Amino acid sequence: MSSSACSAQIVGVGESRYTRWGKIGDVTEHALACQAIQRAVADAGLEMDDVDGLASFAEDRNEAVFLAAELGLPALRFGNMVWMPGGGGGCAAVGNAAMAVETGQAEVVVVYRSLCQGQFFRFGQAGRDLSAPVDPAPPTVQQANSLMLASLGFAMPYGLLMAAAAYALPTRRHMHLYGTTSEQLGMLAVTFREHASRNPRAVMGGRPMTLEDHQASPMIADPHRLFDCCLESDGACAVVVTSAERARDLAKPPVEILASEQGAPKGYAFGPFSNANIPDELYATGGCEEMAGRLWGKAGLRPGDVDVAQIYDHFTGCVLMQLEDYGFCQRGEGGPFIESGALSWKDGSLPTNTHGGSLSEAYIHGLNHVVEGVRSLRGESTSPVDNAEVCLVTSGACVPSSAVLLGRR
Amino acid sequence: MSERFFPDSMPPPMADATTLPWWNAAAEHRLVVQRCASCGHTRHPPAPICPECRSADSDWKEVSGRGDVYSYTLVHRPIAADQTLPFVVAVIELEGSGGLRMISNVVGVNPEEVEIGMPVELVWEDMSEDLAVPRFRPVTD
Repeated sequence: MSSSACSAQIVGVGESRYTRWGKIGDVTEHALACQAIQRAVADAGLEMDDVDGLASFAEDRNEAVFLAAELGLPALRFGNMVWMPGGGGGCAAVGNAAMAVETGQAEVVVVYRSLCQGQFFRFGQAGRDLSAPVDPAPPTVQQANSLMLASLGFAMPYGLLMAAAAYALPTRRHMHLYGTTSEQLGMLAVTFREHASRNPRAVMGGRPMTLEDHQASPMIADPHRLFDCCLESDGACAVVVTSAERARDLAKPPVEILASEQGAPKGYAFGPFSNANIPDELYATGGCEEMAGRLWGKAGLRPGDVDVAQIYDHFTGCVLMQLEDYGFCQRGEGGPFIESGALSWKDGSLPTNTHGGSLSEAYIHGLNHVVEGVRSLRGESTSPVDNAEVCLVTSGACVPSSAVLLGRR
Repeated sequence: MSERFFPDSMPPPMADATTLPWWNAAAEHRLVVQRCASCGHTRHPPAPICPECRSADSDWKEVSGRGDVYSYTLVHRPIAADQTLPFVVAVIELEGSGGLRMISNVVGVNPEEVEIGMPVELVWEDMSEDLAVPRFRPVTD
Protein backbone atom coordinates (compact mmCIF):
# COMPACT_ATOMS: atom_id res chain seq x y z
CA MET A 1 0.00 0.00 0.00
CA SER A 2 1.06 3.57 -0.64
CA SER A 3 2.14 5.95 2.07
CA SER A 4 -0.76 7.93 3.47
CA ALA A 5 -1.39 11.19 1.63
CA CYS A 6 -3.05 12.80 4.66
CA SER A 7 -1.78 12.78 8.21
CA ALA A 8 -5.35 13.23 9.47
CA GLN A 9 -7.30 10.04 10.12
CA ILE A 10 -10.88 8.92 10.72
CA VAL A 11 -11.35 7.71 14.28
CA GLY A 12 -15.08 7.53 14.88
CA VAL A 13 -18.39 7.00 13.10
CA GLY A 14 -22.00 7.06 14.24
CA GLU A 15 -25.55 7.56 13.15
CA SER A 16 -29.11 8.00 14.31
CA ARG A 17 -31.83 5.53 13.49
CA TYR A 18 -32.60 5.59 9.78
CA THR A 19 -36.22 5.54 8.63
CA ARG A 20 -38.37 6.02 5.59
CA TRP A 21 -39.22 9.72 5.07
CA GLY A 22 -41.59 11.04 7.70
CA LYS A 23 -41.19 8.01 9.99
CA ILE A 24 -38.51 9.34 12.35
CA GLY A 25 -41.22 10.68 14.63
CA ASP A 26 -41.27 13.81 16.71
CA VAL A 27 -37.57 14.60 16.52
CA THR A 28 -35.93 17.44 14.63
CA GLU A 29 -33.20 17.25 12.04
CA HIS A 30 -30.77 19.07 14.33
CA ALA A 31 -31.58 16.78 17.24
CA LEU A 32 -30.66 13.87 14.97
CA ALA A 33 -27.44 15.65 13.99
CA CYS A 34 -26.53 16.03 17.69
CA GLN A 35 -27.27 12.36 18.29
CA ALA A 36 -25.14 11.18 15.36
CA ILE A 37 -22.27 13.47 16.39
CA GLN A 38 -22.43 12.25 20.01
CA ARG A 39 -22.37 8.62 18.89
CA ALA A 40 -19.45 9.17 16.50
CA VAL A 41 -17.45 10.97 19.21
CA ALA A 42 -18.21 8.18 21.68
CA ASP A 43 -17.22 5.56 19.06
CA ALA A 44 -13.84 7.30 18.81
CA GLY A 45 -13.38 7.26 22.58
CA LEU A 46 -13.28 11.07 22.63
CA GLU A 47 -15.24 13.55 24.74
CA MET A 48 -17.54 16.18 23.29
CA ASP A 49 -15.23 18.79 24.85
CA ASP A 50 -12.49 17.58 22.48
CA VAL A 51 -14.44 18.64 19.37
CA ASP A 52 -13.44 22.02 17.94
CA GLY A 53 -14.58 21.75 14.33
CA LEU A 54 -17.75 20.89 12.40
CA ALA A 55 -18.05 20.34 8.65
CA SER A 56 -20.96 19.54 6.37
CA PHE A 57 -22.17 19.91 2.80
CA ALA A 58 -25.27 20.04 0.58
CA GLU A 59 -26.78 23.24 1.94
CA ASP A 60 -27.13 21.60 5.34
CA ARG A 61 -29.97 23.28 7.23
CA ASN A 62 -28.28 22.54 10.54
CA GLU A 63 -25.67 25.27 10.78
CA ALA A 64 -22.44 24.45 12.59
CA VAL A 65 -22.73 27.53 14.81
CA PHE A 66 -26.06 26.38 16.26
CA LEU A 67 -24.95 22.77 16.62
CA ALA A 68 -21.80 23.91 18.42
CA ALA A 69 -23.99 25.72 20.94
CA GLU A 70 -26.43 22.83 21.29
CA LEU A 71 -23.55 20.39 21.81
CA GLY A 72 -21.83 22.69 24.30
CA LEU A 73 -18.55 22.75 22.38
CA PRO A 74 -15.94 24.78 24.32
CA ALA A 75 -15.07 26.68 21.11
CA LEU A 76 -15.86 26.26 17.43
CA ARG A 77 -12.56 26.86 15.63
CA PHE A 78 -13.60 25.48 12.23
CA GLY A 79 -17.08 25.58 10.66
CA ASN A 80 -17.15 24.54 7.04
CA MET A 81 -19.61 23.83 4.23
CA VAL A 82 -18.61 22.32 0.90
CA TRP A 83 -19.74 23.95 -2.34
CA MET A 84 -20.07 20.84 -4.52
CA PRO A 85 -23.85 20.59 -4.88
CA GLY A 86 -26.08 18.05 -3.18
CA GLY A 87 -24.53 14.70 -2.52
CA GLY A 88 -21.34 15.67 -4.32
CA GLY A 89 -19.87 17.11 -1.15
CA GLY A 90 -19.76 14.25 1.38
CA CYS A 91 -16.23 13.07 0.78
CA ALA A 92 -15.15 16.66 0.18
CA ALA A 93 -16.35 17.54 3.69
CA VAL A 94 -14.12 14.73 5.03
CA GLY A 95 -11.25 16.16 2.95
CA ASN A 96 -11.88 19.63 4.34
CA ALA A 97 -11.94 18.27 7.89
CA ALA A 98 -8.59 16.58 7.23
CA MET A 99 -7.21 19.82 5.78
CA ALA A 100 -8.28 21.72 8.89
CA VAL A 101 -6.56 19.19 11.15
CA GLU A 102 -3.40 19.09 9.05
CA THR A 103 -3.09 22.87 8.95
CA GLY A 104 -3.69 23.26 12.65
CA GLN A 105 -7.03 25.05 12.30
CA ALA A 106 -8.73 22.45 14.49
CA GLU A 107 -7.83 19.28 16.33
CA VAL A 108 -11.00 17.21 16.21
CA VAL A 109 -13.46 17.89 13.37
CA VAL A 110 -16.79 16.09 13.08
CA VAL A 111 -18.28 15.78 9.60
CA TYR A 112 -22.06 15.44 9.80
CA ARG A 113 -25.16 15.27 7.65
CA SER A 114 -28.72 15.26 8.86
CA LEU A 115 -31.56 14.96 6.40
CA CYS A 116 -35.26 14.56 7.13
CA GLN A 117 -37.14 14.48 3.86
CA GLY A 118 -40.33 13.95 5.84
CA GLN A 119 -39.96 17.33 7.60
CA PHE A 120 -38.97 19.64 4.76
CA PHE A 121 -39.63 18.36 1.28
CA ARG A 122 -39.21 15.08 -0.53
CA PHE A 123 -36.53 15.38 -3.20
CA GLY A 124 -38.60 13.03 -5.36
CA GLN A 125 -41.38 15.62 -5.48
CA ALA A 126 -39.00 18.50 -6.19
CA GLY A 127 -40.72 20.63 -3.56
CA ARG A 128 -43.92 21.00 -5.61
CA ASP A 129 -47.30 20.71 -3.89
CA LEU A 130 -49.62 19.70 -6.70
CA SER A 131 -52.70 20.03 -4.49
CA ALA A 132 -52.05 23.75 -3.87
CA PRO A 133 -54.36 26.14 -5.69
CA VAL A 134 -52.99 27.22 -9.06
CA ASP A 135 -51.87 30.86 -9.20
CA PRO A 136 -54.55 32.57 -11.30
CA ALA A 137 -52.05 35.15 -12.62
CA PRO A 138 -50.78 34.46 -16.17
CA PRO A 139 -47.36 32.74 -16.05
CA THR A 140 -44.36 35.01 -16.58
CA VAL A 141 -40.61 34.87 -16.16
CA GLN A 142 -39.73 35.09 -12.47
CA GLN A 143 -36.72 36.79 -10.92
CA ALA A 144 -33.94 34.31 -10.15
CA ASN A 145 -32.23 35.39 -6.96
CA SER A 146 -29.32 33.00 -7.35
CA LEU A 147 -27.04 31.73 -10.10
CA MET A 148 -28.38 28.22 -9.44
CA LEU A 149 -31.97 29.33 -10.06
CA ALA A 150 -31.03 31.26 -13.21
CA SER A 151 -29.40 28.06 -14.45
CA LEU A 152 -32.35 25.87 -13.45
CA GLY A 153 -34.50 28.36 -15.34
CA PHE A 154 -33.42 26.47 -18.44
CA ALA A 155 -34.77 23.19 -17.03
CA MET A 156 -37.82 24.00 -14.88
CA PRO A 157 -40.23 25.27 -17.57
CA TYR A 158 -39.78 21.94 -19.34
CA GLY A 159 -40.77 20.03 -16.21
CA LEU A 160 -37.22 18.88 -15.46
CA LEU A 161 -37.29 19.13 -11.68
CA MET A 162 -36.87 15.59 -10.40
CA ALA A 163 -33.39 14.18 -10.04
CA ALA A 164 -34.77 10.88 -11.35
CA ALA A 165 -35.54 12.61 -14.66
CA ALA A 166 -32.33 14.65 -14.82
CA TYR A 167 -30.03 11.66 -14.43
CA ALA A 168 -32.17 9.56 -16.73
CA LEU A 169 -30.81 11.72 -19.56
CA PRO A 170 -27.15 10.59 -19.39
CA THR A 171 -28.23 7.05 -18.54
CA ARG A 172 -30.53 6.87 -21.58
CA ARG A 173 -27.65 8.08 -23.77
CA HIS A 174 -25.35 5.48 -22.21
CA MET A 175 -27.90 2.81 -23.18
CA HIS A 176 -27.99 4.21 -26.71
CA LEU A 177 -24.21 4.31 -27.10
CA TYR A 178 -23.27 1.04 -25.42
CA GLY A 179 -26.36 -1.16 -25.28
CA THR A 180 -26.70 -0.95 -21.50
CA THR A 181 -29.96 -2.53 -20.34
CA SER A 182 -32.53 -2.01 -17.62
CA GLU A 183 -31.83 -5.56 -16.43
CA GLN A 184 -28.18 -4.66 -15.83
CA LEU A 185 -29.28 -1.66 -13.76
CA GLY A 186 -31.67 -3.97 -11.95
CA MET A 187 -28.92 -6.44 -11.06
CA LEU A 188 -27.07 -3.62 -9.37
CA ALA A 189 -30.13 -2.68 -7.29
CA VAL A 190 -30.72 -6.35 -6.38
CA THR A 191 -27.10 -6.74 -5.26
CA PHE A 192 -27.26 -3.72 -2.96
CA ARG A 193 -30.59 -4.91 -1.55
CA GLU A 194 -29.02 -8.26 -0.77
CA HIS A 195 -26.22 -6.47 1.12
CA ALA A 196 -28.85 -4.51 3.08
CA SER A 197 -30.50 -7.76 4.19
CA ARG A 198 -27.76 -8.27 6.80
CA ASN A 199 -27.62 -4.63 7.92
CA PRO A 200 -29.91 -3.87 10.89
CA ARG A 201 -29.66 -0.13 10.11
CA ALA A 202 -30.95 -0.56 6.57
CA VAL A 203 -34.43 0.84 5.96
CA MET A 204 -35.03 -1.85 3.32
CA GLY A 205 -33.25 -4.60 5.28
CA GLY A 206 -36.38 -6.72 5.59
CA ARG A 207 -37.52 -6.25 2.00
CA PRO A 208 -35.82 -8.72 -0.36
CA MET A 209 -35.85 -7.79 -4.06
CA THR A 210 -35.52 -9.93 -7.16
CA LEU A 211 -34.75 -8.83 -10.69
CA GLU A 212 -38.41 -9.55 -11.49
CA ASP A 213 -39.44 -7.16 -8.69
CA HIS A 214 -37.17 -4.52 -10.18
CA GLN A 215 -38.57 -4.97 -13.67
CA ALA A 216 -42.13 -4.83 -12.32
CA SER A 217 -41.57 -1.63 -10.30
CA PRO A 218 -43.32 1.45 -11.70
CA MET A 219 -41.56 3.66 -14.19
CA ILE A 220 -40.62 7.03 -12.69
CA ALA A 221 -38.52 8.64 -15.42
CA ASP A 222 -37.55 6.21 -18.15
CA PRO A 223 -35.20 4.32 -17.88
CA HIS A 224 -35.43 4.84 -14.10
CA ARG A 225 -37.94 2.55 -12.45
CA LEU A 226 -38.83 3.03 -8.79
CA PHE A 227 -36.16 0.52 -7.73
CA ASP A 228 -33.50 2.37 -9.73
CA CYS A 229 -34.03 5.36 -7.43
CA CYS A 230 -32.52 5.90 -3.99
CA LEU A 231 -34.70 6.01 -0.90
CA GLU A 232 -36.14 9.16 0.63
CA SER A 233 -35.10 8.96 4.26
CA ASP A 234 -34.93 10.58 7.67
CA GLY A 235 -31.67 10.24 9.59
CA ALA A 236 -28.23 11.60 10.39
CA CYS A 237 -24.68 10.30 10.49
CA ALA A 238 -21.26 11.62 11.45
CA VAL A 239 -17.55 10.94 11.01
CA VAL A 240 -14.75 12.10 13.36
CA VAL A 241 -11.41 13.26 11.93
CA THR A 242 -8.30 13.99 13.98
CA SER A 243 -4.52 13.85 13.73
CA ALA A 244 -2.65 10.57 13.38
CA GLU A 245 -0.82 11.41 16.58
CA ARG A 246 -4.02 11.75 18.54
CA ALA A 247 -5.59 8.77 16.74
CA ARG A 248 -3.00 6.40 18.19
CA ASP A 249 -4.52 6.23 21.66
CA LEU A 250 -8.22 6.17 20.83
CA ALA A 251 -10.87 3.47 21.12
CA LYS A 252 -10.89 2.08 17.58
CA PRO A 253 -8.18 1.42 15.00
CA PRO A 254 -7.82 4.58 12.91
CA VAL A 255 -8.63 4.63 9.22
CA GLU A 256 -6.24 6.55 6.99
CA ILE A 257 -7.30 9.05 4.36
CA LEU A 258 -5.04 8.00 1.48
CA ALA A 259 -6.35 10.67 -0.87
CA SER A 260 -9.21 13.14 -1.09
CA GLU A 261 -10.33 15.04 -4.19
CA GLN A 262 -13.15 17.27 -5.41
CA GLY A 263 -13.92 17.68 -9.06
CA ALA A 264 -15.96 19.45 -11.71
CA PRO A 265 -14.79 19.07 -15.31
CA LYS A 266 -14.66 22.08 -17.65
CA GLY A 267 -18.10 23.34 -18.60
CA TYR A 268 -19.88 20.95 -16.24
CA ALA A 269 -21.73 23.49 -14.05
CA PHE A 270 -24.52 21.61 -12.21
CA GLY A 271 -24.31 18.64 -14.59
CA PRO A 272 -27.20 17.30 -16.69
CA PHE A 273 -29.79 18.71 -14.29
CA SER A 274 -29.52 22.13 -15.90
CA ASN A 275 -26.69 21.85 -18.41
CA ALA A 276 -27.42 20.34 -21.82
CA ASN A 277 -23.95 21.33 -23.02
CA ILE A 278 -21.71 19.01 -21.09
CA PRO A 279 -18.99 18.05 -23.60
CA ASP A 280 -20.11 15.07 -25.70
CA GLU A 281 -17.36 12.79 -24.38
CA LEU A 282 -18.52 13.49 -20.80
CA TYR A 283 -22.28 13.42 -21.26
CA ALA A 284 -22.88 9.70 -20.76
CA THR A 285 -20.51 9.52 -17.79
CA GLY A 286 -20.63 10.36 -14.12
CA GLY A 287 -18.32 13.31 -14.78
CA CYS A 288 -15.77 11.89 -12.34
CA GLU A 289 -13.04 10.57 -14.64
CA GLU A 290 -10.68 13.54 -14.40
CA MET A 291 -11.03 13.66 -10.61
CA ALA A 292 -10.55 9.89 -10.38
CA GLY A 293 -7.22 10.23 -12.20
CA ARG A 294 -6.07 12.78 -9.64
CA LEU A 295 -7.28 10.57 -6.78
CA TRP A 296 -5.40 7.48 -7.96
CA GLY A 297 -2.31 9.58 -8.66
CA LYS A 298 -2.29 11.18 -5.24
CA ALA A 299 -2.66 7.84 -3.45
CA GLY A 300 -0.28 5.98 -5.76
CA LEU A 301 -2.95 3.33 -6.24
CA ARG A 302 -4.84 1.77 -9.15
CA PRO A 303 -8.44 0.57 -9.38
CA GLY A 304 -7.23 -3.01 -8.94
CA ASP A 305 -5.91 -2.12 -5.49
CA VAL A 306 -9.41 -1.44 -4.13
CA ASP A 307 -10.76 -4.18 -1.87
CA VAL A 308 -14.20 -2.69 -1.25
CA ALA A 309 -16.08 0.33 -2.62
CA GLN A 310 -18.92 2.52 -1.34
CA ILE A 311 -20.19 4.26 -4.46
CA TYR A 312 -22.71 7.10 -4.40
CA ASP A 313 -25.97 5.59 -5.60
CA HIS A 314 -28.70 8.16 -6.08
CA PHE A 315 -29.65 6.20 -9.22
CA THR A 316 -28.45 2.88 -10.59
CA GLY A 317 -27.22 4.36 -13.88
CA CYS A 318 -25.03 6.84 -12.03
CA VAL A 319 -23.28 3.96 -10.24
CA LEU A 320 -22.73 2.18 -13.54
CA MET A 321 -21.15 5.27 -15.09
CA GLN A 322 -18.95 5.82 -12.03
CA LEU A 323 -17.61 2.27 -12.32
CA GLU A 324 -16.32 3.34 -15.73
CA ASP A 325 -15.16 6.79 -14.56
CA TYR A 326 -13.03 5.29 -11.79
CA GLY A 327 -11.54 2.73 -14.17
CA PHE A 328 -12.97 -0.49 -12.74
CA CYS A 329 -14.02 -1.36 -16.30
CA GLN A 330 -13.70 0.21 -19.74
CA ARG A 331 -16.08 2.96 -20.91
CA GLY A 332 -19.30 1.33 -22.04
CA GLU A 333 -18.64 -1.93 -20.19
CA GLY A 334 -20.35 -1.03 -16.93
CA GLY A 335 -23.37 -3.17 -17.81
CA PRO A 336 -21.45 -6.42 -18.43
CA PHE A 337 -19.27 -5.62 -15.38
CA ILE A 338 -22.37 -5.53 -13.17
CA GLU A 339 -23.73 -8.65 -14.91
CA SER A 340 -20.54 -10.51 -13.99
CA GLY A 341 -21.48 -10.23 -10.31
CA ALA A 342 -18.49 -7.98 -9.59
CA LEU A 343 -20.34 -5.87 -7.02
CA SER A 344 -21.42 -8.72 -4.77
CA TRP A 345 -20.15 -8.81 -1.21
CA LYS A 346 -19.56 -12.53 -1.19
CA ASP A 347 -17.52 -13.33 -4.26
CA GLY A 348 -17.42 -10.22 -6.40
CA SER A 349 -14.16 -8.66 -7.58
CA LEU A 350 -15.33 -5.26 -6.31
CA PRO A 351 -17.72 -5.65 -3.35
CA THR A 352 -19.71 -2.43 -3.47
CA ASN A 353 -22.12 -0.72 -1.08
CA THR A 354 -21.84 -3.37 1.59
CA HIS A 355 -24.36 -1.43 3.72
CA GLY A 356 -26.97 -1.43 0.95
CA GLY A 357 -26.23 2.11 -0.18
CA SER A 358 -28.70 4.91 -0.72
CA LEU A 359 -30.80 2.44 -2.68
CA SER A 360 -31.36 0.18 0.32
CA GLU A 361 -29.78 1.43 3.58
CA ALA A 362 -30.79 5.11 3.68
CA TYR A 363 -30.36 8.32 1.75
CA ILE A 364 -28.25 10.52 4.02
CA HIS A 365 -26.71 12.29 1.05
CA GLY A 366 -24.03 9.62 0.90
CA LEU A 367 -22.22 10.42 4.15
CA ASN A 368 -23.41 6.99 5.29
CA HIS A 369 -21.10 5.63 2.56
CA VAL A 370 -18.11 7.14 4.40
CA VAL A 371 -19.38 5.59 7.64
CA GLU A 372 -19.62 2.19 5.91
CA GLY A 373 -16.19 2.68 4.32
CA VAL A 374 -14.71 3.07 7.79
CA ARG A 375 -16.61 0.05 9.12
CA SER A 376 -15.59 -2.09 6.16
CA LEU A 377 -11.90 -1.40 6.90
CA ARG A 378 -12.37 -1.98 10.63
CA GLY A 379 -13.98 -5.35 9.95
CA GLU A 380 -17.29 -4.09 11.38
CA SER A 381 -19.42 -4.27 8.24
CA THR A 382 -22.41 -6.59 8.26
CA SER A 383 -21.26 -7.69 4.79
CA PRO A 384 -17.56 -7.96 5.63
CA VAL A 385 -14.79 -8.24 3.05
CA ASP A 386 -11.89 -10.20 4.51
CA ASN A 387 -8.65 -8.32 5.09
CA ALA A 388 -9.85 -5.21 3.30
CA GLU A 389 -7.08 -2.59 3.24
CA VAL A 390 -8.28 -0.08 0.64
CA CYS A 391 -11.79 1.34 0.27
CA LEU A 392 -12.97 3.83 -2.34
CA VAL A 393 -15.81 6.10 -1.23
CA THR A 394 -17.45 8.42 -3.74
CA SER A 395 -19.87 11.31 -3.30
CA GLY A 396 -22.12 12.36 -6.14
CA ALA A 397 -21.96 11.65 -9.85
CA CYS A 398 -23.51 13.58 -12.72
CA VAL A 399 -22.93 16.56 -10.43
CA PRO A 400 -19.60 18.05 -9.34
CA SER A 401 -18.35 15.31 -7.08
CA SER A 402 -15.79 14.22 -4.53
CA ALA A 403 -14.15 11.02 -3.38
CA VAL A 404 -11.77 9.62 -0.79
CA LEU A 405 -9.58 6.58 -0.74
CA LEU A 406 -9.51 5.12 2.77
CA GLY A 407 -6.91 2.68 4.00
CA ARG A 408 -5.94 0.54 6.88
CA ARG A 409 -2.62 -1.17 7.34
CA MET B 1 -52.13 32.21 -28.73
CA SER B 2 -50.51 28.97 -29.77
CA GLU B 3 -51.50 25.34 -29.38
CA ARG B 4 -51.10 24.26 -25.75
CA PHE B 5 -49.18 21.21 -24.56
CA PHE B 6 -48.65 21.85 -20.85
CA PRO B 7 -50.90 23.36 -18.13
CA ASP B 8 -50.50 26.94 -16.87
CA SER B 9 -49.26 25.57 -13.57
CA MET B 10 -45.98 24.33 -15.05
CA PRO B 11 -43.04 25.93 -13.21
CA PRO B 12 -42.25 29.27 -14.88
CA PRO B 13 -38.71 30.06 -15.95
CA MET B 14 -36.55 32.01 -13.53
CA ALA B 15 -34.04 34.46 -14.96
CA ASP B 16 -31.55 37.11 -13.93
CA ALA B 17 -30.21 40.03 -15.94
CA THR B 18 -27.72 37.75 -17.71
CA THR B 19 -30.31 35.23 -18.90
CA LEU B 20 -33.38 37.46 -19.27
CA PRO B 21 -32.54 38.58 -22.87
CA TRP B 22 -32.88 34.94 -23.96
CA TRP B 23 -36.41 34.79 -22.52
CA ASN B 24 -37.25 38.20 -23.99
CA ALA B 25 -36.27 36.86 -27.43
CA ALA B 26 -38.41 33.78 -26.78
CA ALA B 27 -41.38 36.00 -26.01
CA GLU B 28 -40.95 37.31 -29.58
CA HIS B 29 -40.74 33.72 -30.86
CA ARG B 30 -37.05 34.00 -31.64
CA LEU B 31 -34.90 31.04 -30.53
CA VAL B 32 -31.42 32.46 -29.98
CA VAL B 33 -28.02 31.43 -28.71
CA GLN B 34 -25.48 33.77 -27.21
CA ARG B 35 -22.40 34.25 -29.36
CA CYS B 36 -19.04 35.70 -28.33
CA ALA B 37 -18.49 38.91 -30.32
CA SER B 38 -14.74 38.36 -30.09
CA CYS B 39 -14.14 34.69 -31.04
CA GLY B 40 -17.59 33.57 -32.28
CA HIS B 41 -17.94 30.74 -29.73
CA THR B 42 -21.59 30.12 -28.88
CA ARG B 43 -22.86 29.25 -25.41
CA HIS B 44 -26.05 28.19 -23.64
CA PRO B 45 -27.32 29.05 -21.09
CA PRO B 46 -26.25 32.68 -21.44
CA ALA B 47 -23.25 33.68 -19.33
CA PRO B 48 -21.38 36.91 -18.63
CA ILE B 49 -18.12 36.01 -20.39
CA CYS B 50 -16.98 33.62 -23.10
CA PRO B 51 -15.59 30.45 -21.50
CA GLU B 52 -13.13 30.09 -24.39
CA CYS B 53 -11.62 33.57 -24.86
CA ARG B 54 -13.06 35.32 -21.76
CA SER B 55 -14.38 38.26 -23.73
CA ALA B 56 -17.39 39.95 -22.15
CA ASP B 57 -18.73 41.10 -25.55
CA SER B 58 -21.53 39.04 -27.00
CA ASP B 59 -24.50 39.16 -29.34
CA TRP B 60 -27.48 36.91 -30.04
CA LYS B 61 -27.72 34.56 -33.01
CA GLU B 62 -31.11 33.25 -34.06
CA VAL B 63 -31.18 29.55 -34.92
CA SER B 64 -33.49 27.66 -37.26
CA GLY B 65 -35.22 25.60 -34.61
CA ARG B 66 -34.34 22.37 -36.39
CA GLY B 67 -32.49 19.78 -34.37
CA ASP B 68 -32.03 16.19 -33.26
CA VAL B 69 -32.88 14.42 -30.02
CA TYR B 70 -29.55 13.91 -28.16
CA SER B 71 -31.13 12.18 -25.16
CA TYR B 72 -34.54 12.03 -23.53
CA THR B 73 -36.60 10.66 -20.67
CA LEU B 74 -40.28 9.84 -20.35
CA VAL B 75 -41.39 11.37 -17.06
CA HIS B 76 -44.23 9.42 -15.44
CA ARG B 77 -44.72 11.66 -12.39
CA PRO B 78 -46.59 14.97 -12.64
CA ILE B 79 -44.75 18.25 -12.14
CA ALA B 80 -47.95 20.26 -12.47
CA ALA B 81 -51.60 19.54 -11.74
CA ASP B 82 -53.68 18.21 -14.65
CA GLN B 83 -50.64 17.20 -16.64
CA THR B 84 -50.74 14.52 -19.35
CA LEU B 85 -48.40 11.64 -18.50
CA PRO B 86 -45.88 10.55 -19.45
CA PHE B 87 -44.29 13.68 -20.87
CA VAL B 88 -40.99 13.82 -22.72
CA VAL B 89 -38.04 15.86 -21.45
CA ALA B 90 -35.31 15.88 -24.08
CA VAL B 91 -31.92 17.32 -24.83
CA ILE B 92 -32.08 18.81 -28.32
CA GLU B 93 -28.99 19.34 -30.47
CA LEU B 94 -29.67 22.62 -32.31
CA GLU B 95 -28.86 22.95 -36.01
CA GLY B 96 -26.71 25.98 -36.86
CA SER B 97 -25.94 26.76 -33.23
CA GLY B 98 -22.25 25.88 -33.21
CA GLY B 99 -22.97 22.46 -31.70
CA LEU B 100 -25.15 23.63 -28.82
CA ARG B 101 -27.88 21.66 -27.13
CA MET B 102 -30.79 22.76 -24.99
CA ILE B 103 -33.16 21.07 -22.57
CA SER B 104 -36.75 21.09 -23.83
CA ASN B 105 -39.71 18.80 -24.50
CA VAL B 106 -40.79 16.71 -27.44
CA VAL B 107 -44.52 17.23 -27.95
CA GLY B 108 -47.09 16.18 -30.52
CA VAL B 109 -45.78 12.61 -30.53
CA ASN B 110 -46.51 9.29 -28.88
CA PRO B 111 -43.84 9.40 -26.14
CA GLU B 112 -42.95 5.76 -26.80
CA GLU B 113 -41.85 6.71 -30.32
CA VAL B 114 -39.21 9.24 -29.26
CA GLU B 115 -35.67 8.06 -29.91
CA ILE B 116 -32.16 9.44 -29.92
CA GLY B 117 -31.35 10.96 -33.30
CA MET B 118 -34.99 11.78 -34.09
CA PRO B 119 -35.16 14.98 -36.19
CA VAL B 120 -37.29 17.63 -34.53
CA GLU B 121 -38.43 21.18 -35.16
CA LEU B 122 -39.31 24.11 -32.95
CA VAL B 123 -42.88 24.75 -31.82
CA TRP B 124 -43.63 27.74 -29.59
CA GLU B 125 -46.02 27.31 -26.71
CA ASP B 126 -47.46 30.61 -25.49
CA MET B 127 -48.02 30.03 -21.79
CA SER B 128 -49.33 33.61 -21.53
CA GLU B 129 -49.05 36.84 -23.49
CA ASP B 130 -45.65 37.45 -21.91
CA LEU B 131 -44.20 33.95 -21.78
CA ALA B 132 -43.40 31.69 -24.72
CA VAL B 133 -41.60 28.40 -24.12
CA PRO B 134 -39.78 26.67 -26.99
CA ARG B 135 -40.69 23.01 -27.39
CA PHE B 136 -40.01 20.56 -30.22
CA ARG B 137 -42.01 18.10 -32.31
CA PRO B 138 -41.00 15.52 -34.87
CA VAL B 139 -40.19 17.06 -38.26
CA THR B 140 -43.34 16.79 -40.34
CA ASP B 141 -42.20 17.72 -43.87
